[in-house]
Amino acid sequence: MTAWLVVVVVGAATFAFKAAGPVILGRRRLPDRVAGPVALLAPVLLAALVVTQTVGGDNELVFDARLAGVGAGAAAIAVRAPLPAVVIIAAAATAVTRLVT
Amino acid sequence: MSAEAATYRDGMRAVLAIAATVWFFGASFGLLARSSGMGIAAPLVMSATTFAGSAQFAVVSILGASGGAAAAITAAVLLNARYVPISISVASLFHGRRLRRLAEAQLIVDESWALSSRGGGRFDRRLLIGAGLVLYVAWVTGTAVGVAGGAALGDPKNIGLDGAFPALFLALLVPQLVDRTARMAALLGAVIAFALTPFTPPGTPIVAASAACLLGLRRSGRPAREQRA
Repeated sequence: MTAWLVVVVVGAATFAFKAAGPVILGRRRLPDRVAGPVALLAPVLLAALVVTQTVGGDNELVFDARLAGVGAGAAAIAVRAPLPAVVIIAAAATAVTRLVT
Repeated sequence: MSAEAATYRDGMRAVLAIAATVWFFGASFGLLARSSGMGIAAPLVMSATTFAGSAQFAVVSILGASGGAAAAITAAVLLNARYVPISISVASLFHGRRLRRLAEAQLIVDESWALSSRGGGRFDRRLLIGAGLVLYVAWVTGTAVGVAGGAALGDPKNIGLDGAFPALFLALLVPQLVDRTARMAALLGAVIAFALTPFTPPGTPIVAASAACLLGLRRSGRPAREQRA
């Protein structure tokens, strides 16, 4: 029963979060004062995702093989590798590092 | 993906490599959910309705450690609160009737949203919807295979998939750093996320980091397109 309670509450909350912009704002344009910060949401949230996915743990920083994956991925990005290649190189570097450490 | 005329199919094609990764994570979610005592139907319904990987993994790990419903709900809701700013950033892409917007909005996930970004606060509707559909199918079918007994798939960490996600987000971040303000805001967001990670539950650092976008107040008043120069 606990599982279903969580599934229903989390599902409803997430549904509402995702609908917040498209349903409440719709096609109306954001006021200029708000548009500046909103334009920065993508780089800010992506940067935060990079950090939490690299060193995030359960209430702690965890430095593990993911760092090698991001490093290899960054090198691939620097030489303008296509996106699928970046993903595969990062996964391979993470897996190999985990094997040898 | 030409800048002028992306199609829904372009979005689907662009996301395939990511979708394969997502499929494996869906399968491992199904596997973990079943072994944590969530049963068969609940994980499937969760993947089909919540459709947000990190929150679902948080729920499984908390329920699996007998953490109770309240803790699981709090963690997942905090993790997914980022979809409020994310969905606001793409609000103008959705039109038509309320019900249609409600349904299409559910295809917003980190990966489809990031992939559809054109920089300077602009997003491509067809890339977002096309990528979102493929990711949805990958996530739900992956979950089904995992629930049905995907022990043979093994731990996605063994093939390094947990290191692939941050690299993916980094690759999507780089084209966003179009000017000094964007670089400063991204750096500030990263610092906030790093600083809060040891002290707050998962999800909170990302929500708090969104405050860094307030740096954009300085240049408000100019239309987004001109900010790219």
